[in-house]
Parts: sequence; C-alpha cells; structure tokens
Amino acid sequence: MSGFTLPSVTLLSQSILSGIFVGALYGLLGLGLSLSWGLLRLINLAHFAFAFLAAYLCYQMASWGMDPLLTLLVIVPLFFAIGAAVHWMMARFSVTPFNSLLLTFGLTGIVEALIQSIWTADFRKLESAYGHMKFSVGVLYVPVPELITLLLAIVISFGVWLVLRYTDLGKALRAAAEDAPIAAAFGVNQKRNALLLAGTCSALASVAGVCLALSYTLAPSQIYAWIGVVFAAVMLGGLGRALAPLIAGGVIGVSEAVTMAVTAPSWAPLVSFTVLIAILLFRPGRAA
Amino acid sequence: MTTIPPEAPSAPASTRGAASGPAKPDPRRPLGRVRTPATIAAAAIALAFVPTLGLPAFYDSLLYLMLHWIVLAVSWNILSGYTGYFSFGHGAFFGTGLYTSATLMARFDWPFLYTLPAAALLACVLGVALGAVVFRVRGVRGEVFALLTLAVTFVIGTVIVNTPIDGGNGVSLASAPVPKLGPTPSSTFYLLALMAATVTLLVAWGISASKLGSGLFAIHDDEDAAEVMGVPTYRYKLIAFGISCALAGVAGGIHALFLNYVTVGEVFTITVPLTVVLMSVLGGTRHWAGPAVGAVAITLLLYAFTGSNLAVAGKAVIGVILIAAILFMPDGILPRLQRWLVRKKPAAAVPAPAAMPAPPASVVSAGSVLLQVRGLHKAFRGVRALAGVDVDVRRGEILGLIGPNGSGKSTFINVVSGHYAADRGNVVFEGHELTGRAAHGIARAGIARTYQIPRPFAHLSVLDNVALATMFGGAVPDPDAARRQAMQWLDFTRLHDKAHARPDELNLHQRKFLELARALASRPRLVLLDEVLCGLTPGEIDDAVALIRRIREQGSTIVFVEHVMRAVVALTDRVVVFHHGELLAEGTAADVMQRAEVMTAYLGQPAAGAAPLAGAHA
Repeated sequence: MSGFTLPSVTLLSQSILSGIFVGALYGLLGLGLSLSWGLLRLINLAHFAFAFLAAYLCYQMASWGMDPLLTLLVIVPLFFAIGAAVHWMMARFSVTPFNSLLLTFGLTGIVEALIQSIWTADFRKLESAYGHMKFSVGVLYVPVPELITLLLAIVISFGVWLVLRYTDLGKALRAAAEDAPIAAAFGVNQKRNALLLAGTCSALASVAGVCLALSYTLAPSQIYAWIGVVFAAVMLGGLGRALAPLIAGGVIGVSEAVTMAVTAPSWAPLVSFTVLIAILLFRPGRAA
Repeated sequence: MTTIPPEAPSAPASTRGAASGPAKPDPRRPLGRVRTPATIAAAAIALAFVPTLGLPAFYDSLLYLMLHWIVLAVSWNILSGYTGYFSFGHGAFFGTGLYTSATLMARFDWPFLYTLPAAALLACVLGVALGAVVFRVRGVRGEVFALLTLAVTFVIGTVIVNTPIDGGNGVSLASAPVPKLGPTPSSTFYLLALMAATVTLLVAWGISASKLGSGLFAIHDDEDAAEVMGVPTYRYKLIAFGISCALAGVAGGIHALFLNYVTVGEVFTITVPLTVVLMSVLGGTRHWAGPAVGAVAITLLLYAFTGSNLAVAGKAVIGVILIAAILFMPDGILPRLQRWLVRKKPAAAVPAPAAMPAPPASVVSAGSVLLQVRGLHKAFRGVRALAGVDVDVRRGEILGLIGPNGSGKSTFINVVSGHYAADRGNVVFEGHELTGRAAHGIARAGIARTYQIPRPFAHLSVLDNVALATMFGGAVPDPDAARRQAMQWLDFTRLHDKAHARPDELNLHQRKFLELARALASRPRLVLLDEVLCGLTPGEIDDAVALIRRIREQGSTIVFVEHVMRAVVALTDRVVVFHHGELLAEGTAADVMQRAEVMTAYLGQPAAGAAPLAGAHA
C-alpha cells in the first residue's frame, strides 16, 4: 500500500487520457467477444489468442519492412477465414455455450504454443515509423499509435452499430439470436449468417491485435493478462451490442488509470473486477 | 488406484442375484455402500507403503502432484460437477489456504500441521460467505457464476499482493520445518497429499451416495423443480461449496510448504481453475471419481512433456485433447466407460416395490378447510396477476380452477407452491402459515405440484426422479428405501416398466404421468395440478382422468387447473373462476358455467341466444 497521494491536475488529465486510450483497446478487443457471445451464444476465449497471433504476424511483417497498418490487408481476411472455420466446427458438433468456453480455451493453448515455438517466450516490440511519434496538445502528450487505436475503435464500433441496426443482415442476426428456429422459418439463412458473424468477430480480434502490436510489448503469456478486464468491459456494456464495449472499456480504462495515479499500479485490477462482480450480482440478466 | 487390494471385503459373488430375494431388504446397494469406501481406504493404505520402496525422490514428487490435483479436481467437482455451478474461483480458495498456512508458518511460527485446519477453515468461510451472497441471486448460473468466481479470484489476489500478507515479494518458507511423517521430506509431502486425497475421495463418494448428493444432482438438472420437490437448494449449495472450498484450502496449505516460496502470480490465476475444470470435464463431472481419473491422466501427460524440450508441444497437446474430449466425449471418460460396461451386462434389477404405504393421514375429517388463501396479491412490474383472491380448499375435494388465459391461475399455483413470493395476503395450510416460506418448506409441509410442461430431471432415471420426491418431500432419508417406495408410485401411474429409462425416452403422455408420480411420491395432502391434460389426445385424457380419480381415492386433495371443460365437469366437486386476477365465480362446474359473467369472461359480450358454455362441452 503506497498510501493515498493527490496527483497534480496535469498528471490526472494525462492519466485520464491514457485511460481512454487503453479503454479503446479494451473496447476493440471486447467488441468481437460481445457479438459472438450475445448473437451466437459462443464464448470465445480464443479471441485473445487470435488477437495475439495477429499481433505477432503484424510484428513479423513489419520486421520485413511492411507498414504495420498495411498488414491489415493480409491479416483481416486471414482471421476472417480462421474464425469462420472454428465456428463451422462448433456448429457441426453443436457445442453448448459453456463447452465453447472450454473448447476455445484448448484452442488458446494451441495458439499460445504455436506463438511460443515460432517467436519464443521472449518479449517482442514492433519497431515502426509510428512507434515514437507523439505530439502535444497544451500540456498533454498524445502518442500516435494509441491515437490510431482510438480512431479505429470508434470507426469500427460505429460501423458495426450501423450494420446491426439498419441493414437486413443486422436485423437477421439479431432476430436469429433471439429465436433461431423462428428466424429460420422466416427465411433467415442462419448458418451462413453465423459463419459470417464468427468470421467478422475474429477479423475484429485481428484488428485489435494489430493495435496491440503498435503500442505494447508482446509475449505469449500476455494472452491471459487481458481476459479478465476485457470480460469486465463486455459485461459492463451488455452482450451483443456494438457501441457498449467501447464505452464500457473507456469507463474501466479511465477508472483504472485514475486508480493507478492515486494509489499504486498494482491496485488497478481491483477496479475492473469489482465492477465486474457488481454487475454480475446486480444485473445477472445482462449475461444470460 | 484401480486394483482392489486384499484388505477389501470379500463380497459374496452373486450380490446381484440376491437382489431378487422378495422379502429381504435389497442387499445390493447397502453392500456397495461398504465396498466403495473400503476400496478407497484399502487402496490408500496400500499406497502408503510406496515410500518404503525407496524410489528416487523424483517419483515421490510426481505422485505428490498427481494426488494434489486429485484433491483439487475432486473437491471442485463436489459443488461444480454435482450441481452444474461451474466455479472458476477454485484458485481463490486454494490460494486462501496456501496463504493462510504460509502466513501462519512464516510470521507466527505455527507448526505446519496446525496450520492445515486453519487453512481449511478460512477457505471454507470465504466460500460460504461468497456463496451466501451469490446463491441468493437468481440468474447467477452457468457462465455468469464462472466469471463471477474468476473475478473474485483476481480481487483476492490483488488485495493479498498489495497488503503486508504478501507485500508483492512473495512469502518464503525456507525456515519452516517439514514434519517427519515419511523417511524423506518428499515422501512426507506424498503421504500428506495421499491422506488429503483419500479424505477428499471419501467425502465426494459419501456425498454422491447420500441424500445431499441426490439433491445436488437434481439442482444440476432443474433447480426450480428441485426446490418444489422439497430440496433445500440454497442450503445444499452452500454446504457443497463450503466442503469444496475447505478441501481446496487443505490442498493449498500442503502446497505452500511443498513450494517453499509462494507468490500471488502463481496462485491467483486462471490456470488453476482451468486445469481443474479440464481434468474434471475429461474424467466426467457427474461421477465422484471422474475428476480423479482426469487428474491422473493430465498429470501424467504434463509429466511426459516436461523435462524434455517438448514443454511447448505439451501445451498444444493438452489443447488438442481438451477439444477432442469436448467434441467426442462431452460427458467424460468415466461415464463413457460405464456406458460401455453396462451395455455388456444385463439391465440393472428393478427394485421390488415396497408394500403400499398407508394413505396420507387425516382422510377422516373430510370437508374441513385444508388450505385457506386470503387476499392474495401478486404483480409483475405493474401487471396485476393476482389482485386479492380468497380461496378455500376443503379436505378431500377436487377443486377446479378455471379462467381465461392470463387470469392468474398459474400464478396462483406458483405463489401457493412458493415459487413466487406473494406481495400481500396469506396462505394457511392445515392451520400453519405458509406465506414467506421457501418452496422446499412448502413441499415438506405437504403440498406438491406438477408443471404444465413436464420438467423431469433429465439426467436421472424415471425411478430416481420419483425417488427424489420421496426423499425430500416425503422425508425418507435413505436413498434405497426411497427407491423402493418410488417403485410403488411408478406402479400406480403404470410407468414401472420404464423405471430405468431416461425421461427423454418417454412420450408426452408418459412424462405427464411421471410429473404425477413425482408429485404423489412426497405423499402430499394437497396436489396442485397445472394443466396436466394439455396436449393429450382424447384417449389419453380418459386415462389421466381415471388416474386423477384414483389419486383422490387414496386420500389427497386436488386443485385442478384446466382448460379441458369435459374433464373439469367430470372430475371436480367445485370450481372457482379467475378473471383478471380476481375471483369471478364459485360453485359446481355445471352451475358456474351457466352464469352470464363467466360466459362474458370466456367469450366476450354474449350475443342474444348464445348457448350456455357448459352445455356446449358436456
């Protein structure tokens, strides 16, 4: 316990800003998780492993001289295909929501082993043109990689929101989540839509992975470090919603950053998990 | 632990043949009750001699780890496998035990063995405190419970790492002496873990064979139905959680000294619960020994990959095994093996039904008020389902409860049976106030109900479904005696040849009769039947009507919610009509159906010359 110190206004605003940035990444990671859980009734732990695999691929391609953002052109279609394939397998064996959690945990172990055997367990850091760019607004520093993450998160979340709300595909997906047999009876091709959505969720994970590679050092064991806090963001926002993970991620990110500024960094997990416990106890319906 | 050492009692060879002896109490089960624990104890005694073989210390450690995971996986299964409340917080209780022992040894110089009860106690208190909050919230099940318990793990870990208990540097136990139980320190740990594993297996088996276990398995399949059958679900879950946590705490206490240096990062993680879940799912969560099978398999597998430079491949292989297990053996290894063995043997013997028990007490005072309901109110977010109804049910009668859809009939049954708490008003049964009592208390007081859509316990046989009601509602403590009594109710509903079938093998008609058998098995004085005839063919309705008559003849009073007017007229002594949650009319079926207000409620404003309703159906 390092005691309670009141930080300066500058430090506090810088903390809030960095909280927003990390919250954007929580939101981006949480988006695919929330859609898959809410609309497909599958809890995809491998989401985090996919994000890290994408991050490592981005790191690898960047080390060959490619622009990290251009790697998205390769990574996104690849992970779309992986996500659709995994979903095809789960649908083929009609895996229950709980077993999907265990199954994707097994998948996480496999991906972790794959990453470790290719890139070793050492920490890796992507070196790119963006890496050290930052500019200042008044007294605040704004790092460019984090800003890219924030902008991507906002644009993608809004895009998904628009699709879910206004397109036929979005309505079909929401209808199928509510009552699959009835939706099918009304002509919704639920199998195709589900594959599409599962692919999209993995593609979203891979985008989050590229953002991860831009700002963070990578290690295979780090896969597990994100699970708790991103789940907290997903459940705080509510399942199957597009904008909620971003907003909830921001709330958690900022409250963590402020906790760190006021007390010690090691207290930060307390915030997200206390929030998660409170939601689960008072609003269990959000996850049901 | 697969061999049966010579210490095991030499059971008579033909135990199954003896089961058919007519008058004697069924000897098959009681013998199993001695044989299983005796086998566990004998195996433990035999294994206690392993250190005297003088194996290298390395093997002691491997065996220690195997037993360590057996304790964790089997203890986890007591709550999570039996009830289906999958906890991802086993690391928290294991860690609590670990830090309790470590702190008491390092800071307060307690001797190691004295710290173990403290570790068990603290882990148990933590689990019960958590359960006391969590189990009160309906809807905290499945994934929500898993995430909640996982979050608790991280919260406790964060608190420990930031307070002087750990301080962020870990706790070193280098100076704590290892007690001399075996010839070497490593054999001491082996023996400690062996004792813990033996106790854990005995406890897990004992629970699964007892009334507590039956209740827990019923909670797994349908918690609401279990509560209505008389299972005190809240208390049972708390007991199971407490036992599970205490055993995990002991494992933690032993492991603290084994590790010699404990850190939060290694204990309060997702790895401990996931490994435990993996072991249990792999072995089979519905069997007390399933997690032990999984623990042995996974520990050996991990061992096969460590030491070499294949540790990374090991992670991948475990992932592959987990995926394959879930896809191809969703029930686990042990149930798969059991099914395979059962197929080779002839079908299990059907227990002979016990002599017909005397009819429920007090048929004598027919006509007096059995159930008195006054001013019952129940609203759902502004929708008034019951708006102050008064109903008297007289002893020995069949009271019909009719009314249009949404008139409050089912809510009435749900409130009287305790599924919903009433907003206002009271329910008095045989002179005892029932308002505010939990559903299982109402079941024990002598009220049973059926569900409109049958809700059998899917993983229990038809016989065990009925035996459960006998055990809890009928207060028969012994599972074997309960099965014999249950057989007689299966005879009564003509389901005896389906005794060992699973409920999903029954057709709707038979499932409805199973609902009736379950309701009767608790020997209720009052039976609430919620649309038992709905969905049956005319022939099946005749069967059911005859059965309901026989239920009344053997002494139960019946409240009969029904839309099939033909049956209402044929069966009931009296009917009450509900409309918009209020009592609209009361009298004999033929009389009530002629009344203008009842016809209006059912059919809207009567046109001139409309035929009376009862006349149309009679």
